[in-house]
Amino acid sequence: MMNVHELAAACGFTYFNGKELEARPVEGAYCCDLLSWVIGRAGDQDALVTVMSNPNVIAVAVMADLPCVILTEGVRPDEKALEKARENDVIVLSSSEPTYATALKIGKVLAG
Amino acid sequence: MEPIILKYQVDGSDFSMAGEASSSVKKTLKQLGFSPDLIRRVAIAMYEGEINMVIHADGGEATVEISQSGVRIILADHGPGIKDVALAMQEGYSTAPDEVRNLGFGAGMGLPNIKKYSDDLKVETELGVGTTLTIQINT
Repeated sequence: MMNVHELAAACGFTYFNGKELEARPVEGAYCCDLLSWVIGRAGDQDALVTVMSNPNVIAVAVMADLPCVILTEGVRPDEKALEKARENDVIVLSSSEPTYATALKIGKVLAG
Repeated sequence: MEPIILKYQVDGSDFSMAGEASSSVKKTLKQLGFSPDLIRRVAIAMYEGEINMVIHADGGEATVEISQSGVRIILADHGPGIKDVALAMQEGYSTAPDEVRNLGFGAGMGLPNIKKYSDDLKVETELGVGTTLTIQINT
């Protein structure tokens, strides 16, 4: 199975946080901006793909034990979110493309 | 193992920082060597409960009892109480304000998510007095 760093390299995502962190396996992605849906439904090997960039996104990734957060549309995390990601060792990636295009790319790469 | 009891005050003033208690419990369970599956279920259920306390009740108290057989989370607040518990247990029903929805919450998934990830959920509530959730998650 592909890990987060391999996925980032293959899809051309850049890092907001966690380039040096140990990469966990990624099996798929969960695309959603409603965090209560994410925490209830994302699998623990799903990358979270979202435009939400507040600290709660990082908290949800920690609680649901997600391997990484991918912010789409070039959205930048706010400073509090970034701080929380650093404290909790959460890998946060950036995609310049919209969520749908990002998900297609991830799907293609993961399918090999 | 002797049961461990942890107590937290959940600060209701800063929604963006909600989850401190859940985060601390998650770390403790990891140190104690519980399975990743149990830790994940506890973290999700407790975080949703914490978020609810911050949204609706301006915070509250969390008590977590950890034993060999599992984790019991008691979340007590002095908020307005839940008018219709059956309705609040339905996915999609929410009374959360707009500013909370703008942050990605308030989709009416809190209590349903807690139920989904726990083995037992007890909701005791009285209008104008407060709500206590008792969440049991077994190993």
